[in-house]
Amino acid sequence: MSTEADVDPGTAAARATAAILHDTLHGDARGVVVDSPPGAGKSTLVVRTALELAGAGRPLMVVAQTNAQVDDLVLRLAEKDPELPVGRLHSSDADAYDKALDDLPNVRKSAKAGDLAGLPVVISTAAKWAHVKVDEPWRHAIVDEAYQMRSDGLLAVAGLFERALFVGDPGQLDPFAIVGSEQWAGLSYDPSASAVTTLLAHNPDLPQHRLPVSWRLPASAARLVSDAFYPYTRFRSGTGPGDRRLSFAVPSDGSGPDRVIDEAAASGWGLLELPARHTPRTDPEAVRAVAAVVRRLLDRGGAATSERSPEPTPLTADRVAVGTAHRDQAAAVRAALAELGVRDVTVDTANRLQGMEFDVTVVLHPLSGRPDATAFHLETGRLCVLASRHRHACIVVCRAGVGDLLDDYPSTEPVQLGTVVKFPDGWEANHAVLAHLAEHRVAWRP
Amino acid sequence: MSLIATLSRLEAVTTGRAQRLATVRHRRLSERPLVFVPLTTAGEAGAPLGALVGTDRDAPRLLVVPQPRDRDLRFAFLAELADVVLPYVDSYADVVEAAERTETDPETGKRVKVEVELCADAPQLVVPSRAGVEFVRLLGRSMRFRRTAEQDPEAPHPAPPRVPLLGRWLTHYGERARVPGSSLLLALTEVLGRHWATGQSTLEDQHLGALLAWIDPPEGESGAEAALRAELARDEQGQLLCPPAGPATDPAFDNKLLAPAIERYDRARTAFAAAEDGLEADTRLGILTAAEREVRELVLSRTRPTWDAVWRGLDLLRELPEGAHVEERWTRDRWSFTGHRDRVLAGEPPQPRRDDAVTAANKLATREREQARLDAQEALDDPLVMAGRRLAGEAFAGEVTEVVMAYSEGKRPSPRPLVTVRTDDRPHLGERAKVYRSLGGKPQSAECVGVDADGLVVLRVLDKMGRGKEPEPGSVPEKGDLVCFTLFEHEQRGGAKLPDPEQTPWTHGGPPGEPALEAADPVTQEDVL
Repeated sequence: MSTEADVDPGTAAARATAAILHDTLHGDARGVVVDSPPGAGKSTLVVRTALELAGAGRPLMVVAQTNAQVDDLVLRLAEKDPELPVGRLHSSDADAYDKALDDLPNVRKSAKAGDLAGLPVVISTAAKWAHVKVDEPWRHAIVDEAYQMRSDGLLAVAGLFERALFVGDPGQLDPFAIVGSEQWAGLSYDPSASAVTTLLAHNPDLPQHRLPVSWRLPASAARLVSDAFYPYTRFRSGTGPGDRRLSFAVPSDGSGPDRVIDEAAASGWGLLELPARHTPRTDPEAVRAVAAVVRRLLDRGGAATSERSPEPTPLTADRVAVGTAHRDQAAAVRAALAELGVRDVTVDTANRLQGMEFDVTVVLHPLSGRPDATAFHLETGRLCVLASRHRHACIVVCRAGVGDLLDDYPSTEPVQLGTVVKFPDGWEANHAVLAHLAEHRVAWRP
Repeated sequence: MSLIATLSRLEAVTTGRAQRLATVRHRRLSERPLVFVPLTTAGEAGAPLGALVGTDRDAPRLLVVPQPRDRDLRFAFLAELADVVLPYVDSYADVVEAAERTETDPETGKRVKVEVELCADAPQLVVPSRAGVEFVRLLGRSMRFRRTAEQDPEAPHPAPPRVPLLGRWLTHYGERARVPGSSLLLALTEVLGRHWATGQSTLEDQHLGALLAWIDPPEGESGAEAALRAELARDEQGQLLCPPAGPATDPAFDNKLLAPAIERYDRARTAFAAAEDGLEADTRLGILTAAEREVRELVLSRTRPTWDAVWRGLDLLRELPEGAHVEERWTRDRWSFTGHRDRVLAGEPPQPRRDDAVTAANKLATREREQARLDAQEALDDPLVMAGRRLAGEAFAGEVTEVVMAYSEGKRPSPRPLVTVRTDDRPHLGERAKVYRSLGGKPQSAECVGVDADGLVVLRVLDKMGRGKEPEPGSVPEKGDLVCFTLFEHEQRGGAKLPDPEQTPWTHGGPPGEPALEAADPVTQEDVL
């Protein structure tokens, strides 16, 4: 039998999908869990499974975590099968759903589940589903982004379905609670844990699958992200080293931002390192450096070549994103970009960038300029999200000295009995990423 | 830590005095709180050494366990504690007022209003520090599953009659203390730390003596000096001048004073037990009593300074007027107290060791809701807290420079006036972001239409303007008005109803089954001297 590494990525991914569909449509387990690394076609899988179930005459409910995710799934479903009647259950707030849904003739929208009864597919957020009551549970459900769903969120909706497909990325940010929840740590149903943790603790025999190929990440990134964040469940890129290219019409002016852009264009990674210094969270120099890199990315006439089209596509503002750890940092970067006249570049925190994809990302390193390394800043998922949003290149802006900071502050969180220790821990993952970035370092004094 | 808290701490360092973080008091202080200053034995989890407890600052009751590892003496201590705490609790249980509560009718399944009792006030427990709250929880945990001789004649070491009940109340208070904004069980260092920023770390703030030194230093001394003295200064025998607020004691005290005293007590007790005639017994009893008195004096000497410090801290807090929403939160504390009173009266079993899946999820949801509510209410009650939120870009204040009347589209146009606010704040406002202001205690919402570089924010007011075509008078800001809008909501929506525990789904292990009466912890070798 051939192993995964021997076959081409397309075949490996197709095999995994076929196995998942088989277990979901013909298996007898109440749940199927699918782990998906960044950009491995999670949404495609959800859409395909939904269509197959609906096509087999088995109505289903789909649970996603945010309204944006729900709307995105509805649009994708309608794109694949415009004839399929789909129900979009939404909240009673104003602007509860994307207005683009109004143009889809077969999508019915309502704030009441009763209005959508009998439709082959009904989609909503976990929060909205929690208010729904049914006499007869759905036979099937798909729970999307299940690793970002909290256990108590699943508790509220699990009575609505008999069996479900749980899809998600275990490497991204864990769900969190705004109050302490130590008192339940170690319980199998800890309400602040992820839905999948609870599900598997109570049902350890459920079939678990994994999508083995990232179609988003370029060859230069898949290796590092896989090594640093998924050391025990490796994946690879769907494209080879030469398949993605980034070039610029305007040559470098020799400045730090231009040099780091060229480094990232050539290797997929760039580290713009500012002098070591302890700074407030909204480090003005680092924020300006991020803005300068973005400005130059757009000014230099970038063009991205990929397997999607033979012709290079221009690198426009909507294909670039800036990622930060905190909201005030994002606000500061937005203000700095506005001063440079840059609009339409997505600037957001790791939490909100989850699930999104761009050609080039510029990341303000979560530990840059910090005097300490807290659990929040060390969280593996945060760095993983920030380092895995790009199709071509990722440029990290950071103060020097993060390696020393990591060594000075080993993680000191109390060990709770009965909890599953997550590997790799943030300390190790951060070191792995730093070591790799060091090879693509451009030192710069702004 | 928020930016304003960091700035306040820096200012405290420069000025040598703690700085206000609040202009009003954000927690309820009872007229007659029960102050509890416990001490525990080093190396023996859950073995109390003694406590000062009471409602009268001049007459605390001293409870001491002269040999903390002796189970009988420990039970005697707990029984005495129950004699102080339970009458205090009971004195609040009988004073009730009529209230309404919405319940689900078991027959029709409809939501109906029912008349119930609500305790007019609730007992309040004050401990010196967060560790004290943990100790209350630990005591509750160690007592509530005990059986009295009356409950179970076969029990090997029956507990004194009211001890299990005390355990249930302490457990309830310890659990309620986890709800943000509740005031049933207060840790004084936490409450003081909410209202003042010192020039030391939050870890150091857990030392009550040092914290008070920053807030209210002696004449002519800076807070930093006084705090350092409180932490480190020792007398000629090497004992701390300001003993730690407990429940842990200073090792120097344990080794040099406490251990020898307990050893003398042990020897006296053994000698007394071995006395062969009445005369010898009398003499040895005298020695034993003296040895016990010695331990009592030692415990008193280490709890009394903390006791006085707690009352001093309460005095400082009482100088602040109470915040407007504190009463509302205290009412929920009263509901909590009344609910537990009813469960005890109904003969329900003690709180289980572990929450089931549904209870845990419900508690977490409640606490998150209370946290959000607390954050909003503290800001609305207190301009200084609101200033912190404004500094963080979560609110903005300014003057109304223009009001343009506009209407919604549709069959019945409703007023949607456009209000321009000039502000020096820098709110994180996106287009169509919702903002809220307080209008007669109720939130009025508006959405952001645009922000320009000069700090002009244009808002479209959305509601609370009445049903007519023209807004009701006073419901729309006028030119020249000073307004404050928040980006966070003022009120919290109720969460979704979770299934009943017996309906726990398969993902969470299914129904927990019939609740079994939980047994007390088995007695181990170490429990018996």
